[in-house]
Amino acid sequence: MSMICVRCPVGCDIKVTAEGDEVKSVEGNSCPRALEFARDEVRNPTRVFATTVRVSGGRLPVCPVRSRGPAPKSRLFDISREVAGLTVPAPVKIGQVILADACGTGVDIIASRDLEAREVTA
Amino acid sequence: MSDIHVDVAVVGAGPAGVAAGIGAREAGAGRVLVIERDWDLGGILQQCIHPGFGLHTFKEELTGPEYMHRWIERAREAGVEFMTNSMVFGAHPDGSLDVMNPDRGVFRVTSGATVLAMGCRERPLGAINIPGSRPAGIYTAGTAQRFVNMEGYMPGDRAVILGSGDIGLIMARRMIWEGAKVEAVFEIMPWAGGLRRNIAQCLDDYGIPFYLNHSVVRVHGHDRLEGVTVVELDSDRRPVPGSERFVPCDTMLLAVGLIPENELSRMAGAEIHPVTGGPILNELYQTTRPSIFAAGNVVIVYDLADWVSQEGVAAGRNAALYAAGALPEPARRLAIRGGKNVRLFSPHYVTGGADATVYFRVTRPIEKRCRVFADHGLYERRERYARPGEMNEVRLAREALAALPDDVTEIVVDAEEV
Repeated sequence: MSMICVRCPVGCDIKVTAEGDEVKSVEGNSCPRALEFARDEVRNPTRVFATTVRVSGGRLPVCPVRSRGPAPKSRLFDISREVAGLTVPAPVKIGQVILADACGTGVDIIASRDLEAREVTA
Repeated sequence: MSDIHVDVAVVGAGPAGVAAGIGAREAGAGRVLVIERDWDLGGILQQCIHPGFGLHTFKEELTGPEYMHRWIERAREAGVEFMTNSMVFGAHPDGSLDVMNPDRGVFRVTSGATVLAMGCRERPLGAINIPGSRPAGIYTAGTAQRFVNMEGYMPGDRAVILGSGDIGLIMARRMIWEGAKVEAVFEIMPWAGGLRRNIAQCLDDYGIPFYLNHSVVRVHGHDRLEGVTVVELDSDRRPVPGSERFVPCDTMLLAVGLIPENELSRMAGAEIHPVTGGPILNELYQTTRPSIFAAGNVVIVYDLADWVSQEGVAAGRNAALYAAGALPEPARRLAIRGGKNVRLFSPHYVTGGADATVYFRVTRPIEKRCRVFADHGLYERRERYARPGEMNEVRLAREALAALPDDVTEIVVDAEEV
């Protein structure tokens, strides 16, 4: 099967030969990341997921968050719904765990920026 | 109102400006001030919350805010000063700037050298001549990105995307993740504007239809967008009769190109290139006003933030050298010219005094083995393809430039089939 490797901006067109969920060969790649991508894509496709979480008392009403590592592609909408139900108090620190083990995937959702509390004006 | 004098002043605290501050400090500039109109540092990358930044710089893929967090920390460690909430509203030929902010009012920043790093803007609806009324629900992709990722609200429930630039593709996926429906992406050209991996991971992953050679010819709805009429285009970009169809939607996002933002460059009298829309530079990132430098998307729109940061560091370094009187005088002027398949490129000339990297985009895709080259035997590289959505670069070594005969005044860069 042919696919586009999404592990870097080059986006190699690769041809993957697989038997069952075992990759036999990968052609057309320009680096080893495509081998790993092909293996994941055949067995269990994953993507790094990024969204926002609602923040109370922050300088912005939402803070960007992402999965610490790749999350199962089939669970992204579940994770999105779970994050959508959360509100986190400001301040938020970059790297702070917002949701541990999202939807039982073992993947943590972490903040991807610092967000200070809103200055209170008298 | 009192003036501020610095060694190097930088306009804009996005990836180019923050990096320029670091480059200037590292090259020995004493006082380096980066001026930013927003309350926050980081520029547009603060709203680019998807991963995909920094693979070259940090050897891992970061989101936009994470990428800028690291650069801003580096800049603070390097002793770069930042001034936020501050609008630069005037620029002068010597590089001095008219600035205003709530603390100081209106004041002047003078400097030994100035780096322009204002970035770019999105091409709006008015620039693409679509007839119809002007209902709510039509936004540039970047505006929608700011709404969703920073302001916390959705622009609509059912979207079409016109243009296949990367921000449009990223926003298609973002809208899907937030529960909206994305009807389709329509691209007027026969090829995609954005990176292939974004076609794969933003459209194909979610089954979003992608139509090349299609355009929106009418918008419908009075108060709120109710739909668009799309049409297929033939090879001469003319509508194919009978191909019109109505696509219902309440939102249209435009991803139809970015334009360098150069009001200040013009005010300062830096010459602007008619095709790139950015200042004409030499390989030292110097505009036609010698104390004014420029870097990043204000010059030419790059594919990757990594390149923007890299160019920013180099421009900042040269600005610091200029301010210290240590930048070498130009040895000669060798014009760079785009070959048959090149429209956009930068820099537009080289002085021969330093190694140079020329960035360019091909006009038409070459989907087979090709050579990317600079003539006079200065550079050649083989590639598997050359595409308009992906910038090419050629490197010109100082020694090779110095060895060119005196009668050579022009260097052609291009990509062609082999």
